[in-house]
Amino acid sequence: MSSTALAVSVLALLLAATLLTPLLAKLRLRRYAHLPAVLAFGTSAVLAMLMLNDVYVNGPAGPTPGLSLHVSADFPWISFHETKLPTTWFSAGLLNVTFSLGIDPLSAIMLATVTFVATWIAIFSAGYMHGEEGYARYFTIMSLFVLCMCLLVLANNFFLLLAGWEGVGLCSYLLVGYYYAKPSAAAAARKAFLMTRLGDVGFVLGIFLLWSVGGHHTDLTQIFAHIQAHPVNDFTLGLACLLLFCGAVGKSAQLPLYVWLPDAMEGPTPVSALIHAATMVTAGVYLLARCSPLFVQVPSVQAYVAITGGATALLAAFIALTQTDLKRVLAYSTVSQLGYMFMALGTAGAVTPSIAVAAAIFHLFTHAFFKALLFLGSGSVMHAMGNVIDMRRFGGLRTVLPVTHATFLIGCAALAGLPLLSGFWSKDQILDALDHAGEHGLTHRELYLGVFGVAVLTAGMTAFYTFRAYFLTFWGETRIPEEAGHHAHESPRIMCVPLIVLAVGALFVGALVEPLTHHGFSKFLSATPAIQQANKTYEREHNVRSQSQPHFNWLIAGLGTAAAVGGLGLAFAMYRKGQLAQLPAAAKPLHAMSLNKGYVDEIYHGLVVKPAEIAATGSRQFDGLVDAVARLVSYAPRMLAALLRPLQNGLVQFYALGMVLGLTAVVLVIVFKVSR
Amino acid sequence: MTELGLTHFLILSAFLFACGLLCIATKRNAVGILMGVELVLNAANINFVAFTRYLPGFRIEGQVFAVLVIVLAAAEAAVALAIILNFYNNRGTVDVDQANDLKG
Repeated sequence: MSSTALAVSVLALLLAATLLTPLLAKLRLRRYAHLPAVLAFGTSAVLAMLMLNDVYVNGPAGPTPGLSLHVSADFPWISFHETKLPTTWFSAGLLNVTFSLGIDPLSAIMLATVTFVATWIAIFSAGYMHGEEGYARYFTIMSLFVLCMCLLVLANNFFLLLAGWEGVGLCSYLLVGYYYAKPSAAAAARKAFLMTRLGDVGFVLGIFLLWSVGGHHTDLTQIFAHIQAHPVNDFTLGLACLLLFCGAVGKSAQLPLYVWLPDAMEGPTPVSALIHAATMVTAGVYLLARCSPLFVQVPSVQAYVAITGGATALLAAFIALTQTDLKRVLAYSTVSQLGYMFMALGTAGAVTPSIAVAAAIFHLFTHAFFKALLFLGSGSVMHAMGNVIDMRRFGGLRTVLPVTHATFLIGCAALAGLPLLSGFWSKDQILDALDHAGEHGLTHRELYLGVFGVAVLTAGMTAFYTFRAYFLTFWGETRIPEEAGHHAHESPRIMCVPLIVLAVGALFVGALVEPLTHHGFSKFLSATPAIQQANKTYEREHNVRSQSQPHFNWLIAGLGTAAAVGGLGLAFAMYRKGQLAQLPAAAKPLHAMSLNKGYVDEIYHGLVVKPAEIAATGSRQFDGLVDAVARLVSYAPRMLAALLRPLQNGLVQFYALGMVLGLTAVVLVIVFKVSR
Repeated sequence: MTELGLTHFLILSAFLFACGLLCIATKRNAVGILMGVELVLNAANINFVAFTRYLPGFRIEGQVFAVLVIVLAAAEAAVALAIILNFYNNRGTVDVDQANDLKG
């Protein structure tokens, strides 16, 4: 099958699963509700791998618009560049939206990652959610989510992408609010939805701005080509990129819109693993990578992207240092790692775009493995501890949960970036890109150097808080909360197998795709037409040659390793007993600040929520005023009626008298008129 | 003493009419109102007959109309009395002020 056929069948499969699962619930087969999702995800993963292989083998070629549902062996020149299904979704005036799929290395990698991780998380969920109310609902929304996510990464049309983008947002809302009877879960769902919506406003505006300057095209490739052929002024392009970045900020939980992600941990843990760690929140990174041909042309926006990423990474890591809720630590760590990816994306244009984007996407790829693993591990802990997730309440679970312990340790090590694990390679590439931008970059050198410093600092903090969580959970004497009851044992096999699979991925996948294959991942990704175009723009604007592949810098790797080991060592020194450590008095204010999440929620409450409340109260008062005026107007006819009402007293004789008097009056008039 | 003319009849008729109206407007008793109606009708009858008698253009039309009015009055009295009787059966009175069921 050709790549297009594979992509379409992935979407069709997921759609079928979405429709089939509620049907099972209706047929009283609720217990088997996980089967369609697991099967569809698994098959999709296989198809996505085939597609990846197909894209890899056939390599890039010229663009071929039009349907290409052919066997690729017959038509080797048919590329993955851009595939238009022959249908128009809708069109109005100059706006014409088609079902256009873009199949290239970037989307193929994303698709394979999403479906692969989703498969194992779905299997884990089958064990984790067993016996929960709304089992079928859970898997229905999961299927819908993966469908929307695949649509998002495959779309070659901004509106199709937007459809997937909003779809995953909806699913996120539904799954965060899965325990909708719980007020905090409902509030968190609302917060997540509204916060991302703030960013989406910018995203939609950005799309329309690009549409208006991009020759009224809505297909990404066409817009890029048009803008390349007819350069737009820097201000407009910068504004468009900034608006797109606004959407990415909302979706990928960056400053200042990151606050929804930690709260989103109210959802079931596998949901956190899939949506709020491995896939959906990386959509913003994907969007920027996809739009890199535009972003490389506006260095100032790129600098802003890097700063945002750096600030977010640092703040989130700082907050994660003292959190006592295991899932929250992981959530802030996700925010922080997403910040890392944006830092890397921000260097595109200062260094070769393909290197920067490859670093970001590579980190996205490895992060999906170890962060999903960590979340599932915390889910396994929660499962055993009777839904207690506060690290102060349990400890020393090494012996109680051996499999979870081993896999969680691997995840921690990968996240911390210990050498040779997958997180190490991807983090190293990001640091490398930042360092390169700082030393030899073409724009904003000092700034990138500063961001590089932040990144190294964050790397150390990451190692510290990750291992702090690990030590608090698994080391020291065994403490088990009473809620655990008879559950305090290792999770069933259906939950352990996904942990082991993802742990293997977290261990080896990074090394496998980059250093062992001579930067195979970066080279493959660089073949993406959009990234190629970004490279060409970069070469033309700065009159330099693109770097073909990242180079391994021992100094940077050493620095990253030192930061990671330093953080690990400090965590070991402070938390190896598995209990919260006493802090020196000097660190108390900092500690309080971190524990209270930097008071960001409070600041938002003061700066945004309160004024909004005041405005709402004022509006209501004004509404009352308007109501009063309206009521006053309605009093006029009523007053008149009060005057006339006594006349209708129900006495027939009174009416007769009235008639006679009236008649008399008429007669009198006639008589006097005639006589005059 | 002048001869009896049309004017006298008209004055009588007007007087009767006024009495009838007053009766209709003031009586509480339904039977009394019916009597008032009869007075009004008969005032009209006098006019009919008097006009025929004194105006040259008419021959017998006034008398015919008067007979018609008398017949109509009889029919009307029958219906009205039937209503009054029913009303009396329901309410135990013929006071028209009590007939207020349709008042909103």
